[in-house]
Amino acid sequence: MHTPTANTGHEERPEFLQHHFATVEQQRETSKLGLWIFLVTEVLFFGGLFCFYAIYRSWYPEMFHEAHKMLDVNLGALNTVVLITSSLTMALAIRSMQVGNKMWTQINLATTLALAGTFLVVKFIEYSHKFHDGLEWGKFFTNTQIDGTNPHIFFSVYFTMTGLHGIHVIAGMIAIGWMMYRTSKNHFSADYYTPIEMTGLYWHLVDLIWIFLFPLLYLVG
Amino acid sequence: MSTKAAHKPHILPLSVYFGVAFALLVMTVVTVYAASIDFGEWNLVIAMLIAIFKASLVALIFMHLFWDDKFLAIVFVSSLVFLGFFLTLTMFDTLKRDKIYMERGGPIVPAAVIYKASEGVVADSLKVDSSAAAGDSAQAADEEDTAASEDENWGFE
Repeated sequence: MHTPTANTGHEERPEFLQHHFATVEQQRETSKLGLWIFLVTEVLFFGGLFCFYAIYRSWYPEMFHEAHKMLDVNLGALNTVVLITSSLTMALAIRSMQVGNKMWTQINLATTLALAGTFLVVKFIEYSHKFHDGLEWGKFFTNTQIDGTNPHIFFSVYFTMTGLHGIHVIAGMIAIGWMMYRTSKNHFSADYYTPIEMTGLYWHLVDLIWIFLFPLLYLVG
Repeated sequence: MSTKAAHKPHILPLSVYFGVAFALLVMTVVTVYAASIDFGEWNLVIAMLIAIFKASLVALIFMHLFWDDKFLAIVFVSSLVFLGFFLTLTMFDTLKRDKIYMERGGPIVPAAVIYKASEGVVADSLKVDSSAAAGDSAQAADEEDTAASEDENWGFE
């Protein structure tokens, strides 16, 4: 059903244009605004954890410095490189669809997915080491090698922040996989690639949050 | 306005994407290297400035904010502004409370110290009623007094 004004001035409505939008441009801009508002809620969601971090770091600066030495900077830096590269391939996937190259869109999406998987594997290795050394959150903390008061708090912060981020990586992987499926079904073209673009925005936010988590957790001065 | 022209996407050259990714990787090396040097109080500031620079590159170019409707940038930046209020006011409360009241910010239950380097695990979680925890609490209070008069570590070390 269309409102009388919806179709005026436009020769024909493309298949992907939903009935409640007047133009393709309006549909695209609306999707973008909606996704940015979602990203705002994500910033505030993680904001609570950044505040958690800030309070405890200000109370226990020495302990944070001592406890962070138990994290592996090399693995953290490796994961930063992995996520930055995945952000690049995600951006390239969108660009490939903008120029109508479906094969390269698929290759770039698959690379992004593989890099996201690599990130989780590295994270799994890190977590395994932490569990093995008794560096767990709250009352599960049993390690006795850290020279500082209440180091279990650092690991509570570490696991909540990286854990929530990890969940976002998994959600991103599901979205990317879905985009690969839809690309294979020829749902997208150089005229319509908004869902890939939205997945990209979400994926870049996941990268953006890691850009802050890395120095805050692995490089405590 | 012709709809054809409006649909045309803004396509960046490949060199821009690779250039930004290269800059991000270089800045990652810089931030790891900078962390190996001790700038004292400036360590956190330097790390955060580098992170903000990297985040800006991602947001402006990969996320296309630089070329998109500026309203999207305003929406996103507004969330950062409110995050700033949240962090600033909370830190002001927890760090400067004693400038106004005779209290300083700190753990709500001092006996919640469950672990000390010298003694290992000293109490079970929040079990404050046990005699061991009570003793630690008194000891922690003593240490707090000495530490507070000596330096600015807020007495929690």
